[in-house]
Amino acid sequence: MLESAGLPITISGVTKTYGAVYALDSFDLAIQQGEFLTLLGPSGSGKTTLLMALAGFLRPDSGSIKFADREIILTPPHKRDVGMVFQNYALFPHMTVAANVGYPLKLRKRPADEIAEKVEAALDTVQLGGYGARRIYQLSGGQRQRVALARAIVFGPRILLMDEPLSALDKQLRERMQIELRHLHERLGMTTVYVTHDQREALTMSDRIAVINHGRLMQLDTPRHIYDRPANRFVADFIGESTFLPLTRSGDEFQFAGTPLHLDQPPTGGGDYMLLVRPERLKVVDGPAPDLNIFAGEITELVFQGDTSLAYVRLAEGTVIAVRASTRAGEAVQDAKVGDRLSFGLSRADSVLVPAEDGEDGA
Amino acid sequence: MSAAGDTALNARLLQRDASVERWSLLGLASPAILVVMVVMVLPVGWLFYLSFLGDDGQFSLENYNRMIESKAYGRIFWTTFKVSVLTTLICILIGYPLAYFLAQLPSRMANICLLTVLLPFWTSLLVRTYAWLVLLQRKGLLNRWAMDIGLWDEPVKLVHNLNGTLIGMVHIMLPFLVLPLYGSMKAISEDYMKASSNLGAGPVQTFWHVFFPLSLPGLFAGALIVFVLCLGFFVTPAVLGGGRVIMVAMQITTNIELFFNWGAASALGVVLLILTLGILFAASRALRLDNILGGGHG
Repeated sequence: MLESAGLPITISGVTKTYGAVYALDSFDLAIQQGEFLTLLGPSGSGKTTLLMALAGFLRPDSGSIKFADREIILTPPHKRDVGMVFQNYALFPHMTVAANVGYPLKLRKRPADEIAEKVEAALDTVQLGGYGARRIYQLSGGQRQRVALARAIVFGPRILLMDEPLSALDKQLRERMQIELRHLHERLGMTTVYVTHDQREALTMSDRIAVINHGRLMQLDTPRHIYDRPANRFVADFIGESTFLPLTRSGDEFQFAGTPLHLDQPPTGGGDYMLLVRPERLKVVDGPAPDLNIFAGEITELVFQGDTSLAYVRLAEGTVIAVRASTRAGEAVQDAKVGDRLSFGLSRADSVLVPAEDGEDGA
Repeated sequence: MSAAGDTALNARLLQRDASVERWSLLGLASPAILVVMVVMVLPVGWLFYLSFLGDDGQFSLENYNRMIESKAYGRIFWTTFKVSVLTTLICILIGYPLAYFLAQLPSRMANICLLTVLLPFWTSLLVRTYAWLVLLQRKGLLNRWAMDIGLWDEPVKLVHNLNGTLIGMVHIMLPFLVLPLYGSMKAISEDYMKASSNLGAGPVQTFWHVFFPLSLPGLFAGALIVFVLCLGFFVTPAVLGGGRVIMVAMQITTNIELFFNWGAASALGVVLLILTLGILFAASRALRLDNILGGGHG
């Protein structure tokens, strides 16, 4: 009964400036019907500005925002019919849980018995059935988060906006809620726009991720592609751990420290490129491995982190790369000591080139 | 020495440490306690004692009996109550929009505007009261203006009656309402308004469903201060009421200055004090109740 088909959102040319600073710089983004899209970026990147523009709390300088075919950029927030979960939940402290959740229905002048029924259904959905009579201050952080969610979905909005809703929760609860939110999205089917600065959260939950920096879209793609095929240095740097190795180019051949690289997808564009090395994609090799790109060097530091350990390796030409290795017994890195020399291989598929410039000039 | 001995010794020392801390805290409060004892508890106790002495210096309830029997006293208490309620209500009607306006301003503007609210505080109460007398009298500024622009033809009695008393008292009391109210309004997070609006409430609905209920504690606090201050107010009603609006504080003065009847004056003071305490107690109970049942406004 709470299910609703999502609406597609089309954002085009949205600009918002604060003085000389562009919070959003002629921003374009097409969000598909029913998808879970995450706006990911560092603080000050414009991701929250964009979400506030979608909710109607912020008036852009120019541009167009459409829910399906309806232009809403001039529509006041209370007529937009979008659900929203605030970072600090914004639950009304003078109302009970049931009054909070029933508030949007009361405003829509639904009959009392329908309100009671829907409130209970929404609370059941977030596993808080029977909590209606509680006061907000009696709830834990996780429960408040669920009430805020119930209030945002109870009136069947076709678009749900979430502004870092899990940032106030501790790590374990946050990870459980990520899965729950994902399941809820699958069940209810509304178009969901989720703002976070936590890249792991974005990778876990999203259908697609829009990486934003300085008010511009850096890359829009699935989590897998964002991680494996970052479009530029900013995205590669912001998501996951990474080391960049400088390359020299002669035509279509790329060389690192004089050795040609084996590549699956050599870039076709001009300009300079760097090799992106993800620490967990390297593995120890001893003996010849003709299909791998080999990096040999001396271990300068070893860090034990429980599930994995991290080795810092200085290559012959001076760059230090990080290598992440499982702590499973028998892993070569586990027996190594600082000062040992090891060789690491990177497969062709994992050898990704990114443009050397940081993507500031448009992706 | 054994580890167990050390532990026992430490426990004793820690205990002594804690008690030294408690006593030194009490020491900090002692000057204030002393002052309150001398200028507050003793005189009030003395008043209480005096109120039970008759003309002959013997124990008697005549001062209290007079209050019950004499219609004049009943009227004075009724006037006091009426003036206090009216002043409080007018303060709320003027002060709520003012505090709301201040709370919406950017903080620098709000500080400047707050200063103008506070400015009268730094002017003598007497000066402000006599200023009103000048403005409001029969041939005062206000009456002349009003007649010049044709608002009314005959001078209106604005002073030496209830009108004057209320105008003066509202002016004096307004900051006492606005300041706590402004503070509580500033503490209401903007996110509540956003959430309400997002859930479908227009600006008017958001105000009544969310902002107003959340501002109520500040409003109650401010109104209570104003009401209690009004109950014992003397200067302004004495000057602007022109003897026609007699409040309890004025009757106390009359009893002492005119009749040298300390017993009667003390009894009035005691009754006023008990009434005020009763109102404060009832209000605090009601406020606590409001915290528990706070959802009623939603």
